[in-house]
Amino acid sequence: MAMRIQSPNTEHSLSSNGTHAIEAHNLRVYYGNFLAVKDVSLDVPRQKITALIGPSGCGKSTMLRAFNRMNELVPTARTEGEILYNAVNIYDPDIDAVEVRRHIGMVFQKPNPFPKSIYENVAWGARINGYKGNMDELVFEALRQAALWDEVKDKLTQSGLSLSGGQQQRLCIARAIAVKPDIILMDEPASALDPIATLRIEELMQELAKQYTIIVVTHNMQQAARVSDYTAFFSLDERDRAGILIEYGPTKKLFTNPEKKITEDYITGRFG
Amino acid sequence: MKPHAHKTTMHLDTTGFTPNLPRRHRVGRVWLWIFQASTIVGIVVLTTLLLNIIDGAFGYAAVESKVDPDTLAVDGVPLEDLPKEELLRILKEHVSAGLYRRLENDMPFEERTRQDVYTLVLERVVEPRVVKQWSLQDSVFRSAQIKAEAASTYPKAELQFRSWVNTQFIRSPQSARAESAGVRTAILGSLWTVGIAILFAFPIGVGGAIYLEEYAADNAINRIIHTNINNLAGVPSIIYGILGLAIFVRALEPLTSGTLLGYADPTTANGRTIISAGLTLGLLILPMIIINAREAIRAVPSSLRQASYGIGATRWQTVWHHVLPNAMPGILTGTILAISRAMGETAPLVVIGASTFINQDPNGPFAKFTTLPIQIYQWTSRPQDVFRNIAAAAIIVLVLLLLSLNASAIVLRNRFSRRLD
Repeated sequence: MAMRIQSPNTEHSLSSNGTHAIEAHNLRVYYGNFLAVKDVSLDVPRQKITALIGPSGCGKSTMLRAFNRMNELVPTARTEGEILYNAVNIYDPDIDAVEVRRHIGMVFQKPNPFPKSIYENVAWGARINGYKGNMDELVFEALRQAALWDEVKDKLTQSGLSLSGGQQQRLCIARAIAVKPDIILMDEPASALDPIATLRIEELMQELAKQYTIIVVTHNMQQAARVSDYTAFFSLDERDRAGILIEYGPTKKLFTNPEKKITEDYITGRFG
Repeated sequence: MKPHAHKTTMHLDTTGFTPNLPRRHRVGRVWLWIFQASTIVGIVVLTTLLLNIIDGAFGYAAVESKVDPDTLAVDGVPLEDLPKEELLRILKEHVSAGLYRRLENDMPFEERTRQDVYTLVLERVVEPRVVKQWSLQDSVFRSAQIKAEAASTYPKAELQFRSWVNTQFIRSPQSARAESAGVRTAILGSLWTVGIAILFAFPIGVGGAIYLEEYAADNAINRIIHTNINNLAGVPSIIYGILGLAIFVRALEPLTSGTLLGYADPTTANGRTIISAGLTLGLLILPMIIINAREAIRAVPSSLRQASYGIGATRWQTVWHHVLPNAMPGILTGTILAISRAMGETAPLVVIGASTFINQDPNGPFAKFTTLPIQIYQWTSRPQDVFRNIAAAAIIVLVLLLLSLNASAIVLRNRFSRRLD
């Protein structure tokens, strides 16, 4: 591999993006001939929670998946523009998507633990990525960080599928942080959970934001308002039904004093 | 229970709707009867099949011995309990000197086991012969008449209730005399050929399925390949036999006869060996395994693949650690079906050239062979009645062998599914 992705811990303060964990520049994502995300530029600040909101089909999930090249798993998907991560374009032909995903992890809408033991769920990612340290310590620490340790410490050999939905989702978060990522992408992480489990996930996200950069897609505007520091509002371009970024800024400002009329209509529940 | 036993009318507004609920329930009941009838037809057919086989495999047989075994007892010890020396003495007394020498030449009596000598005494001295046999049905319902008939027609014969499936039948090799013929050679031949078929078809089939499902792009060429594999599964088995004859028996003869590897007896070596038969059966079940494995792989939820990719796994790690283990129960189900199919195939092996009469155990992949279906086919075409009974017995052995192989595959499959949750 010609270029390697530098971990920010070793390569600090690259002048251009010292405060930005990741930057999208003029990103376009196509599915076949359909343009799903059009010309989106977005600078995501480091160690903050950035929420992507917007009506259904506005491309926010596609945008999220563009950040770790997960769209490539769809055979017809095609991406133009660039995403800079530590001053390296992750869409550069020399960059391996597998390496990108180790640094930019993902938590999905529906909890999807592996049908393996709780321990194995967390350890597997680290092991295949060549983790050399003490595996027990890593797994226990990841489970603690995911606020799951107290509930599972006595049943680490049980199947991950035996946990409740909320616990499964926290297990997925533990699995994501066990490979020591830099950024965690969350695709509606609480939409399949009950209100109490949702609350726990939200608390966990704020706890994790002290160490990680989090980008979260959510349909729940209260959730975006509650947990995020920055919010990006996406909508559809009336002419070609492509997803576009309407407005992006600190959450407080976007929810109290939006610049665009359409943003205000959306957050006050007039459409969407 | 009838839902309309006592009707209470609910006075609902039905404007614009024709009241048709009773009719809809009637239609439902008619279809229920049809489905039940189909099930009953299936059960009847299966029961008839089983009864038919069992009818031939058990029943009375009148056995006439040249020398009554009771007269051979020494000092009240019955023949089957005599020591080897006594048995040898009896053998020497009753057979010609020439035959005794020939047996000695085949294998010195010193080296023969007691069991072996006992068998020789039975075959050469006692020579039990089944003069008449009856079906199980007759044996049960006309027992008295049979006993009378046997006593009057075959006064010298002993009437015994016989199970044609017995340990001697399973342990003995093929023989020209139905009384001493067994299925040992055929069982071993079946296990060898099916074993080779699975060893050949399973890795290739699963490998092909992985490529087609996980790697191959969805383009015209791959769609054509897909359609063709589906069609191959429907090709008549005899055509696979012809293919096997052309490729394995003829074209690859030096390899399949073992001469190239220096294993075979060069005077008798030809390509009609276990390995040719196994590979042909392997080709036959390959499409089945690919199709089933593809279905099983496709059924693995994509959320699992995403989870794996999401933490930086490569495609291969995703396939090996998540897709394959989760698809394995389904793949093994397909393999169980394939084993059953290979086990029961007769036509391609006839074309390949299975031996119809062979009494040596196969000693490796380059041996001549016969299989259970071939043996059954050959016995049913014999004119003597007794062969029908041993064919029925061989069918029972085949069915039992099939069931035990399937059972072990099911155990394996359940172990896989349990490990996953």
